Amino acid sequence: MNEIQQQRHGSIDENSDTEPVYAVETDGLVKHFGETKAVDGVDLVVPAGGIYGLLGPNGAGKTTIIHLLATLLQPDGGTARVFGHDVTEAGDDVRSRVSLTGQFVSVDEDLTGHENLVLLAKLLGYSRTGAKERSTDLLEAFGLTDAGDRQVKTYSGGMRRRLDIAASIVVTPELLFLDEPTTGLDPRNRNQVWEIIRALVDNGTTVLLTTQYLEEADQLADRIAVIDEGRIIAEGTPAELKASVGSGVLNIRVRTAEQRAEAERLLGATLDTSVERGSDPLSRSARVSNAEHAVRAFTKLSQSDVEIADFALGQPSLDEVFLELTDRPTDAESDRGVTQ
Amino acid sequence: MTDTNAPADPDIEHIQGAVASGDRPSAPNAFSALLTFGWRALLKIKHLPEQLLDVTAIPIMFLLMFTYLFGGALAGSTSVYLQELLPGILAMSVVFITIYTGVTLNDDIDEGIFDRFRTLPIWQPSVIIGALLGDAVRYTLASTIIIVLGLVLGFSPNGGAFGVLSAVALLLVFSFSLSWIWTALGFVMRSSESLMNASMIVMFPLTFVSNVFVDPETMPEWLQVFVDVNPFSHLVTAMRGLMHGTATTEEISVVLLMSAVLIIVFGPVTMHLFRREQ
Repeated sequence: MNEIQQQRHGSIDENSDTEPVYAVETDGLVKHFGETKAVDGVDLVVPAGGIYGLLGPNGAGKTTIIHLLATLLQPDGGTARVFGHDVTEAGDDVRSRVSLTGQFVSVDEDLTGHENLVLLAKLLGYSRTGAKERSTDLLEAFGLTDAGDRQVKTYSGGMRRRLDIAASIVVTPELLFLDEPTTGLDPRNRNQVWEIIRALVDNGTTVLLTTQYLEEADQLADRIAVIDEGRIIAEGTPAELKASVGSGVLNIRVRTAEQRAEAERLLGATLDTSVERGSDPLSRSARVSNAEHAVRAFTKLSQSDVEIADFALGQPSLDEVFLELTDRPTDAESDRGVTQ
Repeated sequence: MTDTNAPADPDIEHIQGAVASGDRPSAPNAFSALLTFGWRALLKIKHLPEQLLDVTAIPIMFLLMFTYLFGGALAGSTSVYLQELLPGILAMSVVFITIYTGVTLNDDIDEGIFDRFRTLPIWQPSVIIGALLGDAVRYTLASTIIIVLGLVLGFSPNGGAFGVLSAVALLLVFSFSLSWIWTALGFVMRSSESLMNASMIVMFPLTFVSNVFVDPETMPEWLQVFVDVNPFSHLVTAMRGLMHGTATTEEISVVLLMSAVLIIVFGPVTMHLFRREQ
């Protein structure tokens, strides 16, 4: 896998010998829609290869960033380069390297799945027979052979999404934009899409995906930029982002109700943080900045009269990261629980 | 969803293979991109044959209605009236259905497939022109129906087959050019309904306040002024001339000139809007 990526880098890298060429590099990118600053000075560096996640709530500016990078929009300020090619000055060079799967289905619903893929293959330069072969192959790979001759409007949500992604890789792009690829999909279809995305990356394609699901970014992305109100408010690997809010949360459950007050006091004193009540009346949780503090808190508890029925040291979720960064919960939080 | 509809699972290894074999061929030239978009328009007709109702039923209705309603009163006899009316009704029917070009485009933009087209490394105007070529097929179909029906009803063009075909060709050129107004509006309007309404406001006066139905001599003078400058009247005059073998070079040149102006003005406007963000 790394070899393939290396080769790709080598072929892309022809116009600069010293500096590495990033899949995406933006500098102070700005886009206004009337009064609203949809993108407000974004500096983004996406390394080639792997999956990069743009995470943020609805209306944060994720889609606008992708549209700017895919040359669908012109920036109002700043610069953006895709594999070293400026999106404003070298639009054609950018377009010949990227592919976009939009937030909404971007295939022709009146046409059949097969016709859609043949259409795109022809527009990308395949011959008539070449286009048909490519379409047949892709339909088979994406489990759509039986549905190939049906109009897309009869497809289920998961099938549409798969056709959409198939349409984006008729020609393997160097950079694939996926705008909220699993929004509205059930867990089974969502997992399939995740597997597909990982398969694309194994071949060396760089994927830039937007999501409002923290779990999705955590599962897929090698690096994440957290976007809020048109700005990047945090950037790093999922682990780094989590580390920035401490190493996790200590949950305990005491044996009897009388011990709650004592447990709360001990936890608060040793961890130097506020202790929160859980949905279970017997449980208490507290944030821990590092694992050692957690051990100390346990020791105190075991030396006291408090009997611990159950405990868990949980990794912080990206929800907590977001809450920490913006002081408000994400919109997605209520839609879909985060499993850790 | 029933089991017969349930799709097979995607085959991850196969996908990896497909990704590995997706080498980029050299980009298609403008002409083949054009043909591909034209092919797409034809596929749409194939899947939505009910779309053809406007190019079949409506022209037939117009021709029968106006010939038999007004023919006797306006020209003394329906068969005399038909000779004058048919070229006008033909022009009117086809020019009216050019509106659908904008409507289709507007729907496309809403569907998101447009974003995909706009990220393809192709000659960008081919998206629009290809669709217009597909529409030309619909115009031709409508023209054929009207002319065949007209011949059955007793239409006898002095210009012969060549005259009739030239008139249709001129009509196609004008319609193609006029469509650029609708494509531009297709980008501007928020919904296809509002586009439809706006187009109707333009099309009704343009086609009815013309020389299609009655001799402008019978109209009040201020109205004659409008009818005389109405581009649609010029189109009808040229088509009548071609069909009956009396067309002058000037009549035809005026129509071609108008067509050129429409393209020169609205072509760039459309392409500007096409490249611009929504």
